[in-house]
Amino acid sequence: MLEPILIDVASLNLPALLPMAILVVGALAVICADLAVKGLNRSFLTMITVLFIILDFGAVIGYTGPARGFFDVLLVDGIAIIAQVIILVASALFLPLSLSHRHFREFRMAEFYALFMFMIVGFQCMVVSDNLILIFIGLETSSLALYTLIALHNRAKAFEAAIKYFTMGALAAGFYGMSALIFYALTGSVEIYQIEKVLMARHFEPLIGVLAATVFMLGALGFKLSLVPSHTWTPDVYEGSSAPLAGYMSVVPKIAGFVVAMRLFEMLVSSGVVWVEHILYAAVVLTMTLANLTALVQEDVKRMLAFSSISHAGFMMAAILIGTTQANTALFLYWTLFMFTNLGAFTMLWIVRHRKNLWDERYQHPYTKFSGLVKIMPTTATIMGIFMFALAGMPPFSVFWGKLYLISAAINSEFIFLAVIIALNSAIAVYYYMKLVIYMFLKEPVTADAKLYATNASTPLKVIVGVAVIFTIFAIVFVEPLLTVITKYVIASGF
Amino acid sequence: MEHILSLLVFFPAMAGLLGFLVAKESIRAYGISVSAIEFFLSIILWIGYDSTNAGYQFVEYYPFISSYGMSYYLGVDGISLFLVILSTFITMIALIALSIEKEIKNLIISVLFLEMTMVGVFVILDVIWFYAFWELSLVPMLYIIGAWGSVNRMYAAIKFFLYTFAGSVLMLVGILYMGFLYHEATGIWSFALPDWYLLQVPFETQLWLFGAFFLAFAIKVPMFPFHTWLPYAHGQAPTIGSIILAAVLLKMGSYGFVRFSLPLFPDASVYFLIPVAVICIIMVIYAAMIAYAQKDMKQVIAYSSISHMGIVVLGTFAMNAEGITGSIFLMLSHGIVSGALFMLVGVIYDRRHTKLMSDFGGLASVMPNFATIYGIMLMASVGLPLSIGFVGEFLSLVGFYRISWVMTLLAGTGIILGAVYMLVLYKKSFFGEVVHAENKTLKDLNAKELTALIPLVALVAILGIYPKPVLSVIDMSVQKMLVLMDQKAVLQETKELLFKANTIGGTN
Repeated sequence: MLEPILIDVASLNLPALLPMAILVVGALAVICADLAVKGLNRSFLTMITVLFIILDFGAVIGYTGPARGFFDVLLVDGIAIIAQVIILVASALFLPLSLSHRHFREFRMAEFYALFMFMIVGFQCMVVSDNLILIFIGLETSSLALYTLIALHNRAKAFEAAIKYFTMGALAAGFYGMSALIFYALTGSVEIYQIEKVLMARHFEPLIGVLAATVFMLGALGFKLSLVPSHTWTPDVYEGSSAPLAGYMSVVPKIAGFVVAMRLFEMLVSSGVVWVEHILYAAVVLTMTLANLTALVQEDVKRMLAFSSISHAGFMMAAILIGTTQANTALFLYWTLFMFTNLGAFTMLWIVRHRKNLWDERYQHPYTKFSGLVKIMPTTATIMGIFMFALAGMPPFSVFWGKLYLISAAINSEFIFLAVIIALNSAIAVYYYMKLVIYMFLKEPVTADAKLYATNASTPLKVIVGVAVIFTIFAIVFVEPLLTVITKYVIASGF
Repeated sequence: MEHILSLLVFFPAMAGLLGFLVAKESIRAYGISVSAIEFFLSIILWIGYDSTNAGYQFVEYYPFISSYGMSYYLGVDGISLFLVILSTFITMIALIALSIEKEIKNLIISVLFLEMTMVGVFVILDVIWFYAFWELSLVPMLYIIGAWGSVNRMYAAIKFFLYTFAGSVLMLVGILYMGFLYHEATGIWSFALPDWYLLQVPFETQLWLFGAFFLAFAIKVPMFPFHTWLPYAHGQAPTIGSIILAAVLLKMGSYGFVRFSLPLFPDASVYFLIPVAVICIIMVIYAAMIAYAQKDMKQVIAYSSISHMGIVVLGTFAMNAEGITGSIFLMLSHGIVSGALFMLVGVIYDRRHTKLMSDFGGLASVMPNFATIYGIMLMASVGLPLSIGFVGEFLSLVGFYRISWVMTLLAGTGIILGAVYMLVLYKKSFFGEVVHAENKTLKDLNAKELTALIPLVALVAILGIYPKPVLSVIDMSVQKMLVLMDQKAVLQETKELLFKANTIGGTN
């Protein structure tokens, strides 16, 4: 017979769970409300979800308790807080994109919003834990919700994307399980800090076991972060999903993945076992370069943005490889700035969305669609141009400062070769971003009908683009305060 | 006078933003007024400039991202003062001569933004900001070439952009590495150029950093073998684009050598002196030969730009006051002369829609004023004594004579070759009978074109005869820089070479 276990409620540190609990309650409440009242308007559902996100945000910011909680599976440290802030802000900004001018079926369903909130809960679980099981639960919750969200778009391409994502995701989940299993078998623990302690004491013997676990983990996280070679799903899934979700996918799941990768790989890289560093180095360089080269030949803007976001993820993995405080700070700075710019770029695609594929049989957003846009809609073209130059790392726009800080981090820890590769990749990247600018500014328009480009524009969307543009242009003002805050939190959590 | 530099940098940008609200009919007048005010401001800067002080003046310093050592740091000295005036002057002249009608509003706004980046590059002393202005200058130029150029404009615009962008990303790595070195040495982050001047860099590191900066500057200048973008860009660009490109944008590269390469990496500069000089000589002779083989008038001037920029860089690497002062003066004179020549080609292109020399002939009898001004500019470009072109070219070559007389002799042939291709151009287009019937009815220069060209002619003559007010100011700051180089050099050979280059008698 088992001994009864006595646990004091106070020692559970329940407030640490509060942020996740708020959204779970919110999601259930939305479902119940939908049962009780039929035909709730999407604006109500959107705003109520945003309000729950804001409450969640308050709970994250206001948390003052100890770092550990709930049987020690929760770990609310500095990077968990920054990552949650990024996740929540991005979610709150992306969700109102549902208020587009044209109506889409998925945004009328309460399930969309409930799933959206569950997905955020999943991401939060991933970042506030160093327990491999809770991370797994978070990963699966968020992924399953996301697959469904994509499929809700209700187009043939969306189903294809969802199923593709699902099958690949299942494989990645399998990898993750294998990796966690091996780590458990090696060390008898599923908590990263325990694993680290045991492995350190044993000097990472047996090597073959650690190698297997690392490779499986790289496969699993590599899928989430779309690192080469597990990146092949990204362009198809982005193309199939609606532009807001694609934009969301390029920012939020990745930051959750980065935090997990940071917790795991920085431990492994700092082990001094050379090959771990080499594997990661190769993955980083390949991800940046191959994604960039593939982006060069894309004919669709959304697919181009998909490949470019893979390449940006490669830059971030470089930060994890470098592993210094400055590099980790650079990661969060870069991703915050990237979030706004990418939000803007995908929102622009959402605004110019047209029901029919007027410009190309195969693609929604071929480059030719944007030909001569400056002559039809000068403001739209200029704003889109700014986003493109910003993504390319053109000073003084947002992403440049992240890139600057990242290259500097690489140089300061003597990763000169990596710094040069990052710089060269920025030079390659500028070509495909500029291609869109050239289509917009230098070519003659195909159709001079401005209405075709504005069918989906609405005030909320314009406001969101405005916010993104302001952050992108005046990023220079936000860099110093962001750096201060991020550095403080990163140092506090010992990275 | 406190904030005149900030005003100079951001006034055109502000005006550009407000320009969106100006109606299309008046936008040309607006552009000219703004650029005239900007030019006037730069003249005030010159008047207020204390010519007995070789250091940075009108300095503005505000910490910006202080945890990472970035600041907003402006200052002007003898080296940059006249380049600022050149930028504002050429922009004004180019806008006066503007003859494009299509989408003129976008064009003028782009030119105003371009003016901001040009002035910014020359007066900024924080290196990160320098990089920002440097990169930003590509965007308006991309638009100007790509939207208003001729048939192959898009290819030319993309080539221009990618070449220069690719060159400068490595400079960014170099900049950040310098910041890192500064932090290692002093424990504080700083990207301020005057701070960096105080840092002695080990020789090995200097070689790498020199390379990273050199690539960016060499592509911009453009130096052989990175020059291929330039003839394309000039061939396709509209007149105003060519004028600004030749007169100011190329100078950013040679300014970079003077401002960054030499004082930051004195040993590496001396170490690479001969290879750089060889490249310069190849540029001078090779580009002159290609220029001779061109059929297109504009291409001749484009290649002659490469040839002249070879002498500019050669003068910079003479490592003595004469050479460097001469090369900076040559930057100014080449700016004025090539700007004027491109404008003249634009004038004839507007009338005949061709730039081929074979389509002309006998223009002197149809357009006497045009031929006269063209002739004057041609002579200045060749470097006729008492014209503006002579002063800089002569000083640059005199300076380099102390390093190696053989190389100077070879570079000097550039002047002879220059005379050959320029006079051939003049002969083919202006002398002889009028063979083509269309040419018989060509109108001579109109008032607008004369307004733009006469100041340039005046400058060619005045500064050719009495360059001292400009030279003495430049010289003062150059001397100061040379002293700095000498103090900073880590190798004995560098100090010896600097000593020899700066004493009468020469090395061999």
